[in-house]
This record gives sequence, C-alpha cells and structure tokens, in this order.
Amino acid sequence: MSKVTSDIQAALACVESGDIVLVGGFGLIGAPLSLIEGLTEKDVTDLTIVSNNLGESGKGLGILLNQNKIKKGIGSYFTSNRDVGDKYQKGEIELELLPQGTLAESLRAGGAGLGGYYTTTGAGTDLAKGKEEREIDGVTYIFEKAIRADVALIRAHKADTLGNLVYYKTARNFNPLMATAAKKVIVEVDEIVEPGELNPEEIVTPFLYVDTIIKAQQVLTKEGVMNR
Amino acid sequence: MTTLSKTEMQHLIAKRVAAELKGPCVVNLGIGIPTLVAEYMEAADIYMHTENGLLGVTDVEEADIDPNLVNAGKLPVGEAIGASYFNSSDSFAMIRGGHVDVAILGALQVDQTGVIANWAVPGKNIMGVGGAMDLLVGAKKVFVTMSHTSKDGSSKLLKTCTYPITSTRNVDMIFTELAVFEVVDKQLRLVELMPGVTIEEVRAKTEADFVH
Repeated sequence: MSKVTSDIQAALACVESGDIVLVGGFGLIGAPLSLIEGLTEKDVTDLTIVSNNLGESGKGLGILLNQNKIKKGIGSYFTSNRDVGDKYQKGEIELELLPQGTLAESLRAGGAGLGGYYTTTGAGTDLAKGKEEREIDGVTYIFEKAIRADVALIRAHKADTLGNLVYYKTARNFNPLMATAAKKVIVEVDEIVEPGELNPEEIVTPFLYVDTIIKAQQVLTKEGVMNR
Repeated sequence: MTTLSKTEMQHLIAKRVAAELKGPCVVNLGIGIPTLVAEYMEAADIYMHTENGLLGVTDVEEADIDPNLVNAGKLPVGEAIGASYFNSSDSFAMIRGGHVDVAILGALQVDQTGVIANWAVPGKNIMGVGGAMDLLVGAKKVFVTMSHTSKDGSSKLLKTCTYPITSTRNVDMIFTELAVFEVVDKQLRLVELMPGVTIEEVRAKTEADFVH
C-alpha cells in the first residue's frame, strides 16, 4: 500500500483523543504546518503535545492551544507563545518543562528502545525535583525517562515514495528524532520523488520509520506562513 | 560614573568578550548581549555553533535571508564555509559531551562562587529553559555577559542567588559594563576595570565578595 496521500484528514486518521503527539519544529521552523492545521480541523481533544515550543500566538500549535485541544505540553521553551502562560495561569493546561537537550535525548532514547538515561543537565536545579539522582565516577547525574508517543507529525524537505527523508537547513531540528519515537509517523514534505532519486549517502531518516507522506500545503516564507 | 545607553552598554560588553576569544575554537552564543558578540569576532577560525542544529553560523545579507535558516534566537543567519547541519540530539551531544569550547550566556544573577541564575524568576510562571542548563554543564568554558545592576540599581553579582540556579557549575568569566571577573577556585577575581570605571564604583555596585 502506498504511503503517499493527498488527503490531510486521511493522513491524520490515526490520531485519537488522549494521544501523545510529537510535533517537529523549532518554533515555526521545521514545523509540520499543514498537518497542524489538519489537526485544528479534526475533532480530537486531551492531546499531550511534545514539541520544543507550542507554536507562536495564533500560529502553528498556537491555534490548537487556543482551541483547548491540548491537555498537556512537554517542551523546553514555551516563552515564545504568550498564550501558553495565560492558559497555564488559568489551569487550562499542564506543562512539563525539560532542558532542550533532555527533550532531544529523551526522544532519541525513546526511538532507540531505551527506558531512559542519566545526565548531568539539570542536576541540582529545580528541574531535578522528584528525579532520581545517581553519582557516577564522582559526578551527580539525574535520571531522565525516554519519551515515546502514539503519533509523530514531522516536516522534511523531500521524501521518496518508500518514506526515505532528507531535510533542509535548520528545519531539521527535532524532526528526525521524532520520526523514531512514535507508533505512527506522518511526514509532510516539499517534494515527493521516486525511490532511487535520493542519494543513499544523504538520507537522514530511513524509510522504515515513516508511515504516511503528504505534500505540504503550507510553507514558511520570509513573509510568514503561506498556502502553497 | 559612567553613563551609557543600554545599547552602548551591550555593545561595550560584547566587544570586550569578543576580544577574549582566541581561535581555533567553537563558540555557542546565547540570546541578547551574546548574540552581539558575533559582530566583533575577528579571527577566521572561530566557528559558531547554534543548538538548533548548525555548526558554522555566519551573518546574512537581507537579500539572502532564508526563513528555514535561523539561530537559537530564531533570527536569520547564514551558512559559513565548512558548515554542517545536524539534528537536535546530535547538537546537544556536542554541548553535553564537552565538544563546544565556549558558551556565552546572559544571566539574571551570579553568586560569588560563579553559580548563575538565568532561566526563571520566582513568582512568575516558569515558561522556558531552552538550552541554558545543557550549555552550563557541557561547555568547556562559560562566559557570562550582563549589566552589572538591575533596573532598580541593585547588584546582579550577589552573595547568593535568590532566583533558581541554572546549574551547580561555576562559570569561568563574567563581563559587565563595569568590570571583568574571572572565577578562580570558586571565588570572583576582578581582573579588569572597563574604561573610565573606578574600583570604588565597582565596590559600591557589587554585593558579592571579590578579590582584586
């Protein structure tokens, strides 16, 4: 069966209320904007969103936030969307703040089948509260759990129809990690090509991680988010 | 007494930090004053790392701006010769694994042992930490840039931080518009007064103990 579809809602059919959803991107850069918009049109609620930020005010994941579809956010920098603070203040969203390197490494660990790992990052700070501490060779580490999810929504530059992916500049960020850490992986891309057209040396995400491919309908331009 | 505008003060600090960097080295610049340091770097063998996935950051002309090529502050940047892209986990492996030579960070407070607070303010929602904690544990050297005092005139170099600390690690150097400090054996050592600044002024505006 082909992984390629042109129907956003068909691509998102596996997303259910209560799911843990990984969403790629560093702010809007490398965020799967078309899939996020598709999610805003879908009747789902109580989502746990794992993403570095929750979009910007009224953009990207910020739309989903304003629709009250997000129960919990796990990320490193919510400051970029002022609406997150307002929702949190009103008790309308739970937040889990992780150092950015921990967010990335927890996804990597989840994708690699690990339960978690020890890191020095955050040890001795407020973010270590409630986390196991362990001394290794005289250095204090804290235990961080791996992150695994139901669905990953990611953005790549090109896909072949098998699902091999290449990325573009700093739009890569969390996307290749998220591709490994969810049961279902849905990717939106600028271009879909035939197998063999991508140089095997340059493929960043091998096809076995990817379930569904769709061509991006929204792109980030100098002037902001535009429909293609 | 020195009277500088905020911008002048930031540039003064940035220029002084840049003079401290000797190539070849890999430097990660934080948001704020650290970003300005790039304007004053002269050596060709100083490479800039940005945690969102690029080693080899350079400035960019307006006409060449690419919305998908940004630094950690989401500002447009360019791609230097010899640059490479990588995912966020590889990027933080470089940081946490001790492969980045210098991190230049802003701070809200520094204590007299060189421990800093730069990610949260008590009584406000804690909304972001980004890569600050990773850079503090992993960079070979950490340089802090900040204004010497807060808006109300109180010292930002304190005996003890009153804000939540970012790491138990002691930073290596602190640069303000008044002075440069080194941290040696968990003690602040004033190594330089900025032009026109007297030791009396620094003493009057510094709560932390320091040696001179």
